[in-house]
Amino acid sequence: MTTSPSAIPADQPAQPAASDRPPVVAMTGITVTFPGVKALDGVDLRLFPGEVHALMGENGAGKSTLIKALTGVYSIDAGTIVVDGTERTFTGPAQAQLAGISTVYQEVNLCDNLSVAENVMLGHEVRRAGLVDFRATRRAAREHLKALNLDIDPASTLSSHSLAVQQLVAICRAMVVDARVVILDEPTSSLDVDEVERLFAVVRDLRSRGVAILFVSHFLEQVYAISDRMTVLRNGTLVGEYRTADLPRVELVQKMIGRSLEVLEQLEEAPKRVVAERGDVQPYVQAIGLGRKGSIEPFDLDVYPGEVVGLAGLLGSGRTELARLLYGADRSDVGELRVDGQPTKLRTPRSALARRIVYSSESRKTEGIIGDLTVRENIVLGLQAERGWLRRIPQRKADEVVAQYVEQLGIRPANPDAIAGNLSGGNQQKVLLARWLATQPKLLLLDEPTRGIDVGAKAEIQRLVAELAEQGMAVVFISAELEEVLRLSHRIAVLRDRRKIGELTNGDDVTTDDVVDLIASGGQDA
Amino acid sequence: MATDQLTPTRPAGTATAQKTPRWRLDARYQPVLGTVVVLAVMLAVGGSRYENFLTGRVMANILINNSFLVVLAVGMTFVILTGGIDLSVGAVVALSGCISAWMFTHGWSAGITIPVCVLVGTLIGLIVGVMVHVFEIQPFIATLAAMFLARGLCYLVAPESIPITDPTIVKLSQTRWGTDDGLVITPSGVIALAVVAVAFVVLHYTRFGRTVYAIGGSEQSARLMGLPVARTKVLVYVISGTCAGLGGLLFAIFSRSGYSLTGVGMELDAIAAVVIGGTLLTGGSGFVLGSVLGVVVLGLIQTIITFQGTLSSWWTKIVIGALLLVFVVLQRLLVLRRR
Repeated sequence: MTTSPSAIPADQPAQPAASDRPPVVAMTGITVTFPGVKALDGVDLRLFPGEVHALMGENGAGKSTLIKALTGVYSIDAGTIVVDGTERTFTGPAQAQLAGISTVYQEVNLCDNLSVAENVMLGHEVRRAGLVDFRATRRAAREHLKALNLDIDPASTLSSHSLAVQQLVAICRAMVVDARVVILDEPTSSLDVDEVERLFAVVRDLRSRGVAILFVSHFLEQVYAISDRMTVLRNGTLVGEYRTADLPRVELVQKMIGRSLEVLEQLEEAPKRVVAERGDVQPYVQAIGLGRKGSIEPFDLDVYPGEVVGLAGLLGSGRTELARLLYGADRSDVGELRVDGQPTKLRTPRSALARRIVYSSESRKTEGIIGDLTVRENIVLGLQAERGWLRRIPQRKADEVVAQYVEQLGIRPANPDAIAGNLSGGNQQKVLLARWLATQPKLLLLDEPTRGIDVGAKAEIQRLVAELAEQGMAVVFISAELEEVLRLSHRIAVLRDRRKIGELTNGDDVTTDDVVDLIASGGQDA
Repeated sequence: MATDQLTPTRPAGTATAQKTPRWRLDARYQPVLGTVVVLAVMLAVGGSRYENFLTGRVMANILINNSFLVVLAVGMTFVILTGGIDLSVGAVVALSGCISAWMFTHGWSAGITIPVCVLVGTLIGLIVGVMVHVFEIQPFIATLAAMFLARGLCYLVAPESIPITDPTIVKLSQTRWGTDDGLVITPSGVIALAVVAVAFVVLHYTRFGRTVYAIGGSEQSARLMGLPVARTKVLVYVISGTCAGLGGLLFAIFSRSGYSLTGVGMELDAIAAVVIGGTLLTGGSGFVLGSVLGVVVLGLIQTIITFQGTLSSWWTKIVIGALLLVFVVLQRLLVLRRR
């Protein structure tokens, strides 16, 4: 991780064989703007026939936006899209399909009420005298399936097949329209090892037939296993295009995360991370092999009172999923959860609340703050939920609680009657925090509490978390910013690919590089 | 640092493809099978309890008396298959009937009146389709608005019941083809059966029809597959409206009058027939022939209660309600089990 690997100059071929040919798709300087946000800023992407091209970046880096810009779902504000040497602008997926660009989405976008044959052939059915000839249609579908080595009955309903097979059927459909570019958007996120292999066999076959494949995945190993070339995005900008073989994993992870995290360094000195003298204190929450299929692999995790446990990992690595299991927002299907030493089944957030476990969601706007209510109403909400809706909290008590937290957390404006939706992000976060603190929790799960808020507010929230832990609260702290996790946490659980791959005890000698190394290596040699 | 591992390990054994047992009926036919069973039970009960129940005459009468409902149910099937609903059909029946009665009393010929009153339905369907698709209004609300509109227009056209004396209509209503022992069919019945046949072919053997099913399965997917979702969604309401217009004509022939209070709640009968016929209200699954069976079931209920003789006709509603509940719950269970 010393020097950055050389980005391939545009005129220098990555693979002699592949780039003798010009790229089938060349996107240059793509800029997409949403109200107030530049989702993409001058991004380039080249797809070569007979190559698997991985599009890398964290959630929100702009991968989906780029794909949607290519397939005409979003219109671009600047830049050019050249397909086969001619500049094109597509108005929608149907038009992109006609130009030979097919997309297979993460959530299989087929109709599971119809047969496999129909899903493959829909819109391209064989017709005789204007009417669909089902026998011929099925025969055609069978041939297309066979080309991908898929031996399934075309007449069977789609829903009777596993997700992996449905995924392959979707690819098969892409081939019917003679796709020369196939975009696979997170195709493997719900597949297991064998199914992934099956998918990859098909992908390799397509590649050998000269199809250009754009592969998007969070799973680093899969990307290295299948791709020839990759384009890395970060925060809507292009980091670079690299040959997969030239880019070690550690450097890829660094490029995806970025190193602009120093901004916070000059803020407050690091809060003290005195590891609490545990003695015979038992963990407040203890997860033993807790997991949920398709969400997070079974993991062990102890959280002691007075301790901040950081969850580190790339976005989509399972951090939120882990927290949701601890909060009962999702039900676990294996393992055991002990709260205060007692085996507990958390079926709903309500039962977690009753055990003084609270969760502050990462999506503040949709799962947290109720924008139309006042600051007061938002803060009292948690308390009221705990009491039950029939027993209204006396006005005086509510005022007291609200005043206390508005002052303690420094909520600005210090006006309990302000409409919460009009507050800045940082202050909304504080209101949310106040809501949960008012219920006097013993375990506080904070999912990205500092995302999208300004530097000052960030530092305040960090200090607050440190204080709360000092007062004996157990805290699970989730953040995409490794520096922040390192600054606050006593221990750091590292996740990758929806699996907990390791745990670090924090200390002055632990650096972000250690965490990055652990993420890159998958915990194999850490 | 590199590992050969592709994905985190998962419990073994999940990779094997799911197999459905051979003996099980294709899931798509299960709800219709339920309808057939109900029908068989009703025929058996009716046949064993009442003399002259299982005769051609009774069965033919069910079709003849409900021919307009068959046509409505066919149109409704298209709409419900896409996941929509059409509440306007009952009012459109009335409007179509009122307009035909008004035109006949004002001296228009049948050759013009008949197409016009069918096209009135087409027009209302088109308006609804555009509201649903272009302005993305919930089908429930859009068709509710169309229902009030059509019902209001009825009063404008025919404040009171207008008898129809046009010779063509009179002839259509009196013609009976068939044998002497009661197995007869009327022109209305023939029209209804023809509509069913055409709908069957359109729904199953045209790209339009398959797109209807695809939209019901997942509109989002259908759009991403590049299917003509917009056109199809507008068209199903046009079809339903046209069927309602035609249904109005058949009802006018049946009652030989145009009256603004005709067909109050008839849209709900049509929806009930479609649901009892095994079409999922969420769309994507169901058959036109199922809906016909649904109408027959409704007709049979009425017939049995007539044969019983002592029960009030409100029992029809009670039985239909109970049956509908059972079917909706059954459908829900099927969907849940499929997950």
